[in-house]
Amino acid sequence: MSISGIALALSQAALLLALSPFVIGVIRQVRARAEGRQGAGIRQPWRDIRKLLRKERIRPVYASWIFHAAPMVLFITSIVVATIIPSITTRSAANGSADFLAVVFLLLAGTIFLALAGLDAGSAFGGMGSSREMTIAALAEPTLLLAILAVSARAQTSGLGEIVKAGIDHPSMLIAPASLLALGALAIVTLAENGRIPVDNPATHLELTMVHEAMTLEHSGRDLALIELASYMRLVFYLTLIANLFVPWGVATTLSPAAIGIGIVALLGKLVVLAAVLSMVEVLLAKLRLFRIPELLAGSFVLSFLAVTVSSFLA
Amino acid sequence: MTFAQGAFGLAGLLLLLGGLSGLLLPTTARRFLTNLLTAIGAGAACVGAIRVFTSNEPLSIVANNVLPFGQAVFEIDELSAFFMLVIGVVAIPAAIYAVGYTKHGLSSRTTQAMFPVFVLSMLLVVSAASMATFLICWELMAITSLVLVVTEHRHRDARSAGIWYAAMTHFGFLAILVGFAILSMHAPLDTFGVIGESSLTITPWLRSLAFLLFFVGFASKAGAVPFHVWLPRAHAEAPSHVSALMSGAMVKMGIYGIVRVCWDLMGLGSRWWYMVILAVGIVSAIFGILHAMASHDLKRLLAYSTSENIGLILIALGAAGIYKVGKSDALAAFAVAAALLHVLNHAVFKGLLFLSAGSVLFATHNRNLDQLGGLAKRMPFTMLTFAIGAMAISAIPPLNGFASEWLMLQSLFQGIPSDSAYRNVLFPLALGAMALAGGLVAATFVKALGTGFLALPRSESAAEATEVGGFMKIGQLLLAITCVVLGFGASFLSGLLTRTVASLRGLYDIEPINHHHAWMQLPGSSTRLSTLVIGAVLIGAVILTIVVLRLLRSPAKARVAPTWACGRELQTPRMEYTSTSYAEPLRRVFANVLRPDSDISVDRRNESQYFVQSVHYYLDLRDVIERRFYTPLLTFARKWGELGRQLQNGSIHRYLAYIMVALLCVLVIAR
Repeated sequence: MSISGIALALSQAALLLALSPFVIGVIRQVRARAEGRQGAGIRQPWRDIRKLLRKERIRPVYASWIFHAAPMVLFITSIVVATIIPSITTRSAANGSADFLAVVFLLLAGTIFLALAGLDAGSAFGGMGSSREMTIAALAEPTLLLAILAVSARAQTSGLGEIVKAGIDHPSMLIAPASLLALGALAIVTLAENGRIPVDNPATHLELTMVHEAMTLEHSGRDLALIELASYMRLVFYLTLIANLFVPWGVATTLSPAAIGIGIVALLGKLVVLAAVLSMVEVLLAKLRLFRIPELLAGSFVLSFLAVTVSSFLA
Repeated sequence: MTFAQGAFGLAGLLLLLGGLSGLLLPTTARRFLTNLLTAIGAGAACVGAIRVFTSNEPLSIVANNVLPFGQAVFEIDELSAFFMLVIGVVAIPAAIYAVGYTKHGLSSRTTQAMFPVFVLSMLLVVSAASMATFLICWELMAITSLVLVVTEHRHRDARSAGIWYAAMTHFGFLAILVGFAILSMHAPLDTFGVIGESSLTITPWLRSLAFLLFFVGFASKAGAVPFHVWLPRAHAEAPSHVSALMSGAMVKMGIYGIVRVCWDLMGLGSRWWYMVILAVGIVSAIFGILHAMASHDLKRLLAYSTSENIGLILIALGAAGIYKVGKSDALAAFAVAAALLHVLNHAVFKGLLFLSAGSVLFATHNRNLDQLGGLAKRMPFTMLTFAIGAMAISAIPPLNGFASEWLMLQSLFQGIPSDSAYRNVLFPLALGAMALAGGLVAATFVKALGTGFLALPRSESAAEATEVGGFMKIGQLLLAITCVVLGFGASFLSGLLTRTVASLRGLYDIEPINHHHAWMQLPGSSTRLSTLVIGAVLIGAVILTIVVLRLLRSPAKARVAPTWACGRELQTPRMEYTSTSYAEPLRRVFANVLRPDSDISVDRRNESQYFVQSVHYYLDLRDVIERRFYTPLLTFARKWGELGRQLQNGSIHRYLAYIMVALLCVLVIAR
């Protein structure tokens, strides 16, 4: 809990906050170019957030205090998770107080409040989005926990900083079968939890294809800005986890300014590459029918279960 | 007489006095005095329990000539004191709550008088230290709770719940009795210590039989699947303060029994014992939460969720046993500590949820979530306390559910990878089950909170609800504050857990959790958690966000507007999701487990096929285990009973013939 540790944690949070809309901008731009369009540029998400912050807030007439509390809870849990995830360094102060289980439950807290806000307005859209979102979140939980457990076997601890450091120290563990299976499982969970194709279409506003968008239909102004920022940050968390757990080189393990600079540059590079890959996956795949999604999540659970058992038998 | 002895004596006296006042006083005085005496008596027991922890003197009381056979032996060590704290932490708020709750129609002499006796019987069960004392106190607890369950005996459902509960609790009692009979065959009716020593000489397969019988008996009291069928019925039909106490404290008596008898008394067993506990835990967790998810009755939902949490506790206890057999004592102690913390935390947040559900029931006379709603504006305090309970049970940091969930998950994590193949396969399965249960718990309580409290009321009973009175609010507030305090201060409980675990056989002198003020650290690992720090950072983030938004001059005042509905003007409650529709995707996914029976019939108009007159939808979601296992068993038993009834046809000649045959047999055998 030194001053430098706390400063690093806060700067990690600020960096992820600043970067996430750009990462989303890259995803949208790559998708636009792949589809033959001009695209709005990678700065558009920040322009959207700025516009929303200046707009008026509207509350549905039958909503309660949960309606305004939900965006705040979603946002602050995302900020706290941003201090915990090892994005530029493994030496953040948060590693002494929280591990990836805290990350999982903080993210779940945000999901729960957003689902409640969806029910708050009393509309059918909100209820539908809320019901589907909680189904997907409940079915993706076991995969997420087991996948990170499989990866944590290399460090014998559940602290994310130590797991990344163990990856840097023993590179052979990164291509172990357990690691690759866990990567597959985590990739599917990333798509499921963040509402990307093939699980949900983030660009749609048709009720047949909505999950996340349906819950946030009633929010406007700063509420919607906070929700959008938080959802951008959550996607970037998962991408950062995939990047730093499986390709950990570049993450700073010391506190020197040079290492931190390399860490920031490495993070930027990895995020851009992963954003482009995600975008191409979205362009090439079609959205699954809603009741095929549990099958997909069950398959990812099998992958993560295999990853854990293989890690104990082959490691 | 030491301070602790005085405290416990005072507790017993006050509770008995409460029972008496419930019998003798007139209605209003009865309501106040009985319940307040119960609260103060439970408080005295808690003070005594804390004293047992702070001093180092185990307490022992022997009373001769109280019981028909042998002495009544009571011994209060750290484990008993811990469970007394669990009982007290639910009983005090529930008793205060009962002052307001029993106002309309629930203040009969029997109901009021039995409540303090029920609390007393539970305190006696955890302090009993001989076979006879334990069994008699266990039966006393069963009978008092049975009387309380059938308080509203004019309703058919309450009577049926009472019959199921009576049958299952006595089935459990029989199993425990036979288990004790086997275990104490060299030292019948003696104290626990002597029985424990003498049982080491019994053949292994007899010990295993005794373990199975004990486990069946205690697991049925705890509400583990497949012996859980009484739980949803009894906890739903009992008055809400009794449900809170039963779900918070009485099912933990089953866990107490497993820890005291199967761990402390019997010592170490074979590995398959603990694999059985683990397997039952996994099945209970998944089955319980699926039925909670599918349930539209608020109190049945909470009761099935109790079953799920008992499953989680059993998973941790099974893992502890497997660690002990594999000689990892530190991990075994850690797993037991995790289970015990969850026992405490579950008592607190489940008690809170039941009390809030009771307030809803008191205000609307309706338990059906499909007909509630709109209570956020009409009952804001109850909604806030229910929300705190729901967040706690979903394991949201920094509330108390998160700390115990973290400990239980870590206790399984630390065991993989290992040399034992059983562990490498079983523990990831258990982890997957716990994670799935965690996700489903979140979905269930979003459903309960969302459809029960938010948006528009779906029926008149919900539309006319008003907030409850002072005493009920105080009871809920006490538990809500306890949830928050136990959450932020979870690491400060490590000392308590260490003392409790260190008193168990085979785990002496082990420190399960290293604690440095606000941090909990696992022994032998660098993993640390501090719920206090997480909570502080969350609060800091709120303040920072509000300040930044203020600086950016983002408009804060919200304009009220109708809900967007694609241009439709009217908004009625019919447009909202009900709890049954909310659960439909998960019901569909888990249809093979829940096996719902559904039917849709559509009536069309005579004039045209395309105009619908009415739609009938039928959904039957009765408990699968009840339908497929218990109902055929009961039918079978009834058939044999009816066959046996033919022996008794009223003819006195036949009865005389029976007597003669019996006499002849006795003369022949006893020759």
